[in-house]
Amino acid sequence: MSSFSVTEPSPRSKWFAGTLVILYALITMVPLAWIMLTGFKTPPDSISYPPKVFFEPSMEGYVNLFTTRTRVGQEALDALPPPDTWYEEIVRERDMVIAGPSKFGERFLNSVIIGFGSTFLSIVLGTLAAYAFSRFKIPLADDLLFFILSTRMMPPIAVAIPIFLMYRQLGLSDTHLGMILLYTAVNISLAVWLLKGFIDEIPREYEEAALIDGYTRFQAFYKVVLPQAATGIASTAIFCLIFAWNEYAFAVLLTSGTAQTAPPFIPTIIGVGGLDWPAVAAGATIFLLPVMIFTVALRKHLLRGITFGAVRK
Amino acid sequence: MSETPMTRAASATPPSVARRIKGLSDRAIAWIFVGPTIFLLLAINIFPLIWTVRLSFTDYKANRAGREIKNVGFRNYERILNDSDIWLNMQATAHFLFWTIFFQVLIGFTLAYLINKKFKGNDLWTTIIVLPMMLSPAVVGNFWKFLYQPQIGLFNYIVAFFTGKDPSSFEMLGSVDLAPWSIVIVDTWMWTPFVMLICLAGLRSIPDYIYEAAEIDRASKLRQFFTITIPMVLPFLMLAVLFRGIENFKMFDLVVQLTGGGPGSTTELTSINLKREAFEKWRTGYASAYAIILFVTVFGLASIYVKALNKVKER
Repeated sequence: MSSFSVTEPSPRSKWFAGTLVILYALITMVPLAWIMLTGFKTPPDSISYPPKVFFEPSMEGYVNLFTTRTRVGQEALDALPPPDTWYEEIVRERDMVIAGPSKFGERFLNSVIIGFGSTFLSIVLGTLAAYAFSRFKIPLADDLLFFILSTRMMPPIAVAIPIFLMYRQLGLSDTHLGMILLYTAVNISLAVWLLKGFIDEIPREYEEAALIDGYTRFQAFYKVVLPQAATGIASTAIFCLIFAWNEYAFAVLLTSGTAQTAPPFIPTIIGVGGLDWPAVAAGATIFLLPVMIFTVALRKHLLRGITFGAVRK
Repeated sequence: MSETPMTRAASATPPSVARRIKGLSDRAIAWIFVGPTIFLLLAINIFPLIWTVRLSFTDYKANRAGREIKNVGFRNYERILNDSDIWLNMQATAHFLFWTIFFQVLIGFTLAYLINKKFKGNDLWTTIIVLPMMLSPAVVGNFWKFLYQPQIGLFNYIVAFFTGKDPSSFEMLGSVDLAPWSIVIVDTWMWTPFVMLICLAGLRSIPDYIYEAAEIDRASKLRQFFTITIPMVLPFLMLAVLFRGIENFKMFDLVVQLTGGGPGSTTELTSINLKREAFEKWRTGYASAYAIILFVTVFGLASIYVKALNKVKER
C-alpha cells in the first residue's frame, strides 16, 4: 500500500481546484472593488466611457456624502473669502458652497443604535430561551421551536402591514425603540435556534456538579454555562447584528426621518443633475466596509456559525 | 415527576446534599427564561398575523383611518385568485426562484467540491467568496444598477469586451427580455456562497473511511462521486435549497432597488406587488388577503419540502 492517504487529493488536482476557486473569488470581488474605486472618483470620471480603472483620486464623493451644497453665482463666489479647508476647496471648484452637513451621519448613527440595540436584546432573550429549551422539559417544546422558526417564513411586507398599523396606534412608528423591538422579534428565532445548538453541546454534568456544590440554577447558568457558550453567543450576535445592519424592507416602510437607517437612505443620495454615483459609492463603502472587515477578521467563527445553523436541522 | 437534570442529580445524591440545591423550581425558571421570547413573538409576530387575517375580510384602507370598515367576506380572496396580473407576478417569482436556485446550486456545489480539495489558503479564499452575502442587499442592489448602465456601466463594458457587441446596444434593466435575468445574475452573485458553505459542511461531514473502503473495493473515482459524495451531500443541498427558496420567495430589497419591478411588471415579484397594493394604493384589506395567501403558499410548500427532505435523510 502506498504511504499517502487515498482521500488526499493529488497536487495537480489541488492546483487546478485552487486556480478555479481563486478565479471565481476575483470575479466576485469586481463589483465590490468597483464600489470602492468609484467612491474616490470625481462625478465626470465616474460616468466616463470606457469605464476608468486608473484615475486621479478625489475626495469629492466623500465630501458630497457628508455635506449639502448650494450653487452660487460667479460674483458671489469671487466675493467670498478664500476657502480655509480642503473640503471647502473641492466644493468651490464646482461653483458651490457648503450649506451644511447632510443627513448621512445621522442615518449611519441610527443604524448603529438600532443594530446594536436589537442585537443585545436578541442575545439576552435568545440565550435565556435557548438555555431553557436545551435543559428543561418544556411542554410542546418542539412545536414551540418550530413556531419560533416559522415566523421567519413570512414575507416582511406581509408582517409590515399590521406592524405599521400597530405602531401608528402605539406611537412607535419611526422611533428607535420600535425598530429595535421589531428587529429583535425577527432575529430572535434564528438566535434561539443557533444558541440552542451551542448550549446542547455543553455537557450537562458541569452544571449538575455546580448544583450539587450548592449553586442555584441562576448561578449555574451564569457562572458555568455562559462562559462555555461565549463563542457561540458571539457568533450568533454577529449574525443578528449583520441582519439588523442590512435590513431594508421594514426600514423603508416604517421609518422616514428620525429613526431611518442607512440602507433606505443611501440609494436616495442625489447630486446636482442626476445621481451622484461617487457619493453613493462613498456611502456604500462606509456602510459595507465594517461588515467586510468583520467577516474577514472573524471568519473562523462566522463560517462555523453559518453552516452550524443549517446543519443542525 | 419529570426527568430533569436536577431531579436526576437529586436522586443520585444523598438527601442532605439534594436539600442544598436551592432557588426557584426548574419549572418556574424555564418559564421565566422562555417567557419574554414568547411574549415578544406573540406581540410582534402572532398578534399582527391574526390582525392581518381579520383585515383580509374587510375593505379597510389605512390611509383613511376615519372611514367606516365594511366586512366583505371572501371577496378579497376571490378577486386575488381571479386576477390575471397576480398570476403574472407569480410567474415572475417562479422564474426568479427556479433560475436563482439552479445557478446557485450548480456553482455553489462546484465551488464547495473544489474548496474541499484543501488547496493551500482555501479558507482565506472561501472568506472572500462569502463577502457578497454578508452585505446589505439594498445598498449593493442599488450599486449594481450603476454597473448595469448601458453606456457607462462596468457590466455592459465587460460583456461588450468579450462579445464584441456595442455596450450601449443592450439594457439589462430596461429591456423586457433581459431584466428578469439581471436580477437572477445579482442574486446568484450574492447568494451562491451560502449554498457553497452548506455544501462544504456536507462534504466535510463525509468520513474518510468510506472513500478508503470504496478504494479497496476498486470503485472508480467517478463511481465514488455518484454513489458516495452526491447521496451524502444531498440532504445538505436540499436544506440549502429550502433556505434559498424561502428567502427568495420573500425577495424584496435587492430587486426593488435594481428594477423596482420594471420594466412593465416583468420583474414585479409578489413581494413588490404586495408592497404596491399595501403602501402605495393603500388597499389594506385586499393586501392583507394577499399576504395571507403568500404566507400559506410558502408555509405549505415548505412543509411538503421538509417531509421530502426527511425521507432523503432517513435513507
